[in-house]
Amino acid sequence: MVRALLNVPKRARVGEIIEIRLLISHPMESGQRRGPNGQPYPRDIIHSLRAEFDGELVVELDLYPAIAANPFFAFTMQAEHSGTLSLTWIDDHDTVQTEHAQIEVA
Amino acid sequence: MISRRAALALPFLATPAFAQGPARVVVVGGGFAGATAARALRRADPAIAVTLIETNPVYTACPGSNEVIAGLRDLAEQRFGYQRLAAQGITVIHATVTAIDAASRTIRLDSDAAPVPYDRMVLCSGVDLIWGAIPGYDEQAASAMPHAWKAGAQTLLLRSQLEAMPDGGLVVISAPANPYRCPPGPYERASLISAYLRAQKPRAKLLLLDAKDVFSKQKLFQAAWQRLYPGTLTWVSQSEGGTVTSVDPKAMTVSTDFETYKADVACIIPPQRAGRVAQIAGVADRTGWCPVSPITFESRLVPNIHVIGDAIIAGAMPKSAFAANAQAKTCAIAIADLLQERTPASPRLLNTCYSLAAPRDGFSVAGVYQPVNGVLTEIPGSGGMSPVDAPDSVRAKEAEYGAAWFGAITHETFG
Repeated sequence: MVRALLNVPKRARVGEIIEIRLLISHPMESGQRRGPNGQPYPRDIIHSLRAEFDGELVVELDLYPAIAANPFFAFTMQAEHSGTLSLTWIDDHDTVQTEHAQIEVA
Repeated sequence: MISRRAALALPFLATPAFAQGPARVVVVGGGFAGATAARALRRADPAIAVTLIETNPVYTACPGSNEVIAGLRDLAEQRFGYQRLAAQGITVIHATVTAIDAASRTIRLDSDAAPVPYDRMVLCSGVDLIWGAIPGYDEQAASAMPHAWKAGAQTLLLRSQLEAMPDGGLVVISAPANPYRCPPGPYERASLISAYLRAQKPRAKLLLLDAKDVFSKQKLFQAAWQRLYPGTLTWVSQSEGGTVTSVDPKAMTVSTDFETYKADVACIIPPQRAGRVAQIAGVADRTGWCPVSPITFESRLVPNIHVIGDAIIAGAMPKSAFAANAQAKTCAIAIADLLQERTPASPRLLNTCYSLAAPRDGFSVAGVYQPVNGVLTEIPGSGGMSPVDAPDSVRAKEAEYGAAWFGAITHETFG
């Protein structure tokens, strides 16, 4: 588990465009950087991220080694009904982590 | 040697047939960089006619101003005049530069004074705060949320706000991303304000929001915070969502991408760039800072203008008063060489920087720098940092050394 900060509005009006922000504390080791022994540090990045709202895909990302440490994501979506936003990401150790946030739409 | 002025006046003379007027070097800006440079030029070659142009008749020094904020020191101790420079034969003009014509090598001033010609200029603009870089933080906002990053009225404003704050209040400090003036400054400030809060307002808290994960003397500061200010001082790094994205000076709120904090006192240190005169001289590049030769400190963009101090891209050298002082002396010697058509030697520059974690509790970092492939680079093994586990007696000594350093450098700079 890595530390993640998620900013999702708790309430929204029907049809409102809302912004979702996510900051993941992650080294995003590119695999290109060499240690004191000349050997590269093994690649360790978050390679995919997926946001779903009540099971429906909102946004899906493939991430590559050029992305800096502690990646920050922001995207918008239209709030149509109340539900749960879930953000899931997978790193190079195949660790799957999911964060949830409830949004009340009225 | 033939000066440009004489060459233009007597274009038919291939070589000078009679004595020339003295070379004219004009220093713009009278902070640590400029005042040191003016004096060092006089020392390097008394034949050079040195002029210093500075808006303010009195300079208010930044090093030590965190102690003023914490009530440990009087602002009067930070103030220095230019009388000693004038007494040493430096022409001191108190005026503001409005334009620089690099082609004709003249400086125009806001006063009625005639334009000032130069053979070489030393530009010491310091930094400008970038208003609006943090949405909501403009010049107006600074009267509610002081930056106190230029010593003077802002320093006293932050001091009086801390004094007026009720016990149990929240102080928020926003530290910018690199590069900026005085890399350890925000952390010393957070430390000394925390010391004041512990003593005077023990229920108050300080939140240090940071646009970085790594900062100057980090291990020393963090060890000190754990020892001295647990429960009072909280540092929020960039990866913990510490980057301030907007402020509202009316509501006294400071926002990141993830939280909005209601502050009783907010000190916002905004992003910076080379000062106004560097911008109008055309010596700053698109980074906002000034690329220079690390040997002569001549601008890489405009010939005959040398730039030193906080305004430059100085490689590994920090933006500190001591670095400005070292660059000024190096630059003065290089200018004296260039005016005599000698080749300046590759320099070595020293920087030492003291910080206080609390009254009588200090530590330092030192480094020696030299040009490597056109960039000022720290010589490996040349400097170092105070040990993290130093005993109280050593930290008390370092605080004394810091005070002595201030006395020495201001004496060397202003006489």
